[in-house]
Amino acid sequence: MLRALARRLATIAPTLVGVVIVTFLLTRVLPGDPAAYFAGPTADQASIEQIRASLGLDRPLPVQFLAYVKDLATGNLGSALSTGQPVLTELAARLPASAELTLTALLLAMAIAIPLGILAAVKEGSLIDHVCRVVTTAGVSLPVFFTGLLFVYVFYYQLGWAPAPVGRLDVFFTEPAKVTGFFTIDALIAGDLETFRAAAAQLVLPAATLALFALAPIARMTRAAMLSVLSSEFIRTARASGLRPGTVIVAYAFRNAMLPVVTTLGMVFSFLLGANVLVEKVFAWPGVGSFAVEALIQSDYAPVQGFVLAMALLYVALNLLIDLAYGLIDPRVRLES
Amino acid sequence: MSNLDVSAALPQPLPEPAPAVIEQPARPAAGFAAGLGHARYVATSNPVTGFAFALFFVIALAAILGPWIAPYDPLASDTAAALQPPSAAHWFGTDQIGRDIFSRVLVATRLDLTIAICSVALVFALGGFAGVCAGFFGGWTDRVMSRVSDTIMAFPLFVLAMGIVAALGNTVTNIVIATAIVNFPLYQRIARAEANVRRDAGFVQAARLTGNSEMRILMTQILPNIMPIMAVQMSLTMGYAILNAAGLSFIGLGVKPPTPEWGIMVAEGAGFIISGEWWIALFPGLALMIAVFCFNLLGDGLRDIIDPQRRT
Amino acid sequence: MDRRAFLSSASAMLGAGVVGSGLPWAQAFAQSRQDTLLLISENGPNNLDIHGVGTNRPGYEASWNCYDRLITYGLKTLPDGSRSYDKDVIAPELAESWTVDATGVTFKLRKDATFHDGTPVTAADVKWSFDRAVSVGGFPTVQMAAGSLLKPEQFEAVDDHTFRVTFARPDALTIPDLAVIVPAVFNSALVKKNATEKDPWGLEFTKNNVAGGGAFKVAKWTPGTEVVYARNDDWKCGPLPALKRVIWRTIPSSGNRRALVERGDADVSFDLPAKDFAEMKKAGKVAVASTPISNGMWSIEMNVTKPPFDNPKVRQAIAYAVPYQKIMDAVLFGEATPLFGAASNTPDDLTWPRPTAYATDVAKAKALLAEAGFPEGFETRLSFDLGQGIVGEPLAVLLQESLAQIGIKAALDKVPGANWRGEMAKKSMPFIINFFSGWLDYPEYFFFWAYHGQNAVFNTMAYKNPALDKEVDAARAAAASGDAATYAASVKKMIAIAYDDAPRIPLFQPHLNVAMQKAIGGYAYWFHRQLDYRTLTKGA
Repeated sequence: MLRALARRLATIAPTLVGVVIVTFLLTRVLPGDPAAYFAGPTADQASIEQIRASLGLDRPLPVQFLAYVKDLATGNLGSALSTGQPVLTELAARLPASAELTLTALLLAMAIAIPLGILAAVKEGSLIDHVCRVVTTAGVSLPVFFTGLLFVYVFYYQLGWAPAPVGRLDVFFTEPAKVTGFFTIDALIAGDLETFRAAAAQLVLPAATLALFALAPIARMTRAAMLSVLSSEFIRTARASGLRPGTVIVAYAFRNAMLPVVTTLGMVFSFLLGANVLVEKVFAWPGVGSFAVEALIQSDYAPVQGFVLAMALLYVALNLLIDLAYGLIDPRVRLES
Repeated sequence: MSNLDVSAALPQPLPEPAPAVIEQPARPAAGFAAGLGHARYVATSNPVTGFAFALFFVIALAAILGPWIAPYDPLASDTAAALQPPSAAHWFGTDQIGRDIFSRVLVATRLDLTIAICSVALVFALGGFAGVCAGFFGGWTDRVMSRVSDTIMAFPLFVLAMGIVAALGNTVTNIVIATAIVNFPLYQRIARAEANVRRDAGFVQAARLTGNSEMRILMTQILPNIMPIMAVQMSLTMGYAILNAAGLSFIGLGVKPPTPEWGIMVAEGAGFIISGEWWIALFPGLALMIAVFCFNLLGDGLRDIIDPQRRT
Repeated sequence: MDRRAFLSSASAMLGAGVVGSGLPWAQAFAQSRQDTLLLISENGPNNLDIHGVGTNRPGYEASWNCYDRLITYGLKTLPDGSRSYDKDVIAPELAESWTVDATGVTFKLRKDATFHDGTPVTAADVKWSFDRAVSVGGFPTVQMAAGSLLKPEQFEAVDDHTFRVTFARPDALTIPDLAVIVPAVFNSALVKKNATEKDPWGLEFTKNNVAGGGAFKVAKWTPGTEVVYARNDDWKCGPLPALKRVIWRTIPSSGNRRALVERGDADVSFDLPAKDFAEMKKAGKVAVASTPISNGMWSIEMNVTKPPFDNPKVRQAIAYAVPYQKIMDAVLFGEATPLFGAASNTPDDLTWPRPTAYATDVAKAKALLAEAGFPEGFETRLSFDLGQGIVGEPLAVLLQESLAQIGIKAALDKVPGANWRGEMAKKSMPFIINFFSGWLDYPEYFFFWAYHGQNAVFNTMAYKNPALDKEVDAARAAAASGDAATYAASVKKMIAIAYDDAPRIPLFQPHLNVAMQKAIGGYAYWFHRQLDYRTLTKGA
């Protein structure tokens, strides 16, 4: 087991090296001159050069890269010029916001897509099956920024059901004491129901926007997994021995279909984490995605590098966990070398 | 692990796709005729797929004929008729500088399809070939290709696409390249898995025994056999390619104005939704959605046609 | 907790959220809202210190409200009833009084003023702060130099409450330049305590902490999200502000900002697009204010070192091809001051910015282009700043269409923010749509930056004309010596030369638009185009 783990870790190393190099190169070939941008409106060439030197951008690329690697090794990801804060601080402060949004969206999507997928599998080829297919496909066919704006227009501006899209919490609430960084959970821990409601209300629209996008993969997965389980021997046996159809589907088939679904949820999660960039922008959500977009537009290298690196680490770690969990749950699956 | 398919929305590949069931030498002509018959069967028996085919026909028609049947010049401004709601004269209304939205949506079809088709063709060629080589030859080819895929996959897809377009400059070509690159791992992995299970299949062994070179076997035996699965994938990623271009436009990295393109039109119209001019974003948004929707359904339908055993 | 129970509790949690969101939030907190201002805008500060590296515009606002200067500008009521700063009235802030002599100016500081930590403000603090502004480089140093404030030797703390500035040269802008944001007074002891060897001026500390004595303190700052200000109850440099708290939220989407203020969830929405402003004004649900941005204009700029823009006839042809009125209607919804269609390019008074004599005339444009040797037109690239796309993009599209009528094929080039500054500095763009405004509201100041042969970054045209430079220099000298007649003659001449030669085609003077709830009072326009919280009030 340990040897397998070591082997698995060894396959990660080249990926990480690749990520560091690609990130560095990508951000350095971005056109534009951050020195000129941050030197301010009335700067002359001399003050631009001063800024350039202070940013270390006047050194040759290999030197910049070595400096970058050295900084990485010491946990220094540089400062975000757009907010003026160290990138590590920014990412740490914003990651819970993105994670809370993404997780809520994932749970929401699961709550809808899993029953839908089961239903579609049980009634394969029926109207429900087609409806399920059409609805989930429609969900994934909408550009998320368009859905988000539409939701704001209808549910906030026209109907007034949703609170103002001002970020994670209405202005007149104070943030709950930080435990997990998830406002809803922290508010519950603090026993502050009002704040919990406010935070949850802010989550609804952006989470729904994102969830719509995640419906299709989860519903399809569930349907496929259910179909293959439903046609297996032990279900036929269970049915033949006269168990109620509901019991067969929920207690036997779904339990067994759950494993592949859960596995792939990990990937849906990381996919959503990357895709919520646009949703965060529409809803003024202070997450890592919107932070990275802003930085990219301004050729602000450090946050882009930090963000991409953090995402890459998250993704690699997630997959590692899933692999390991899978190996533990199902001994027949051996770790790939 | 059973053979799932979530790839419609999920450009990351699944945990290793399972071996395909069909194991036969390529018989292009016979396969085509049978496929056509099956297509008719699927299109008529599955109303959703039939609908998708009909939709695709309409979209293709709009792409081909768009510039000729558009009632107005999609680029001509008319500030006296700016921001008009849909009417008999302007079916989809007009935008901020008075351009006819119906004409723009219609004319944009060609560009959007071109972006999607080019990027999918590019990634099919690159990723498909890289994957087949990796799966067929194994060894260091496989290791290098897999590491390249791993590296690309470790990036958040949309952000990587943004980075590429920002770095190379925002032109249509670069959108195509960026979309192709972010989809590379998907194609590479599927092709690799499919080629891998076939490398020692009976018909391949037979070809080897009759003295064919490895490269020849790859081209004549392996490639044609994995084509159907790749075709399904292409249809599914077409939709993603269009969405990707639209997302890039939304943050200002898309196609250049004043070229009509659905994504940039939605982005332009986004600022007008709250002030009540919903039609500017809605119609291009709907066109975008319908096209992506059509490609996704079509992907499902194609899978049904090509590979009935793998139906999900 | 097993999986299913977890799922059902999760959906219950979401359900609660939906029910909860039906509550009228605004009413539930009416009490705390009474003396709190909720402000929204597109961007938030990246640095609380105007001297910082790359401090953005919202950062200017934080500095303006949290720090004091020696002097400030007075306020005046404009003909339309709105209020604005008055460039002709210098008012006391930290300085109680001052006397100007031939070689310098001596300020008497207020004796009761303290910094936020209670330390009294002394002349030594002022000296240290001014030394810092002229020494740190970058924007603050350039801005100080614009008023001939060049080196630390010019500043002297005579005693605890007397401070003297020695003039480097006669310059009419020296005293006005002391009332802009840059010469803010810092708590020198506090900053020095937090300075390091690498960072002798303590820029890292002041980036995140206010070390001043202004009317507001920063109670909490979440970069990129919000700034919460609390009133400094011990403020002595002016009447105590009515607002006890200001919450400033960043809302990137303009649609959301509009919805928030229209539905009464936000008190003030600052710097709105012209369209939202025009429609909100018409709807009448909220109060709106719009002030022409002083000394600012949008214009079309052609790099005269890049043919065919070296030919004045080509430039004039373009000036006659611009669809001015279409731009006013479709891009600005009428909410801007037109800068075209005057009787003559030669001014009859000193109003600035002022209209040119150009108007849309395609036949004349074609004739001029043929005269210049381009009867068939030519191809070029028209660039605009992505960050200003809301005006720039439709404007560029309209201009592109009109230019096509005279045979000029212009490819549009949207340049992202960072690149824009860089390209501007390199003067690599042949043909651009641009906005420029000067803080100090004098025509010769505008010309010095935007037309003068010193070729500053804002002279994007790389325009060098000795005849024009002579008039600009003469106007600056006449202003310094108080020679009104020479000044007027030179200003008129430089405007006429610039407009006739047309390296830059003025389009319109934009307005700074603000929407606020009707209960909000005391709004005034400032040269820095940011919000001053000190005069704002909030009624019942």
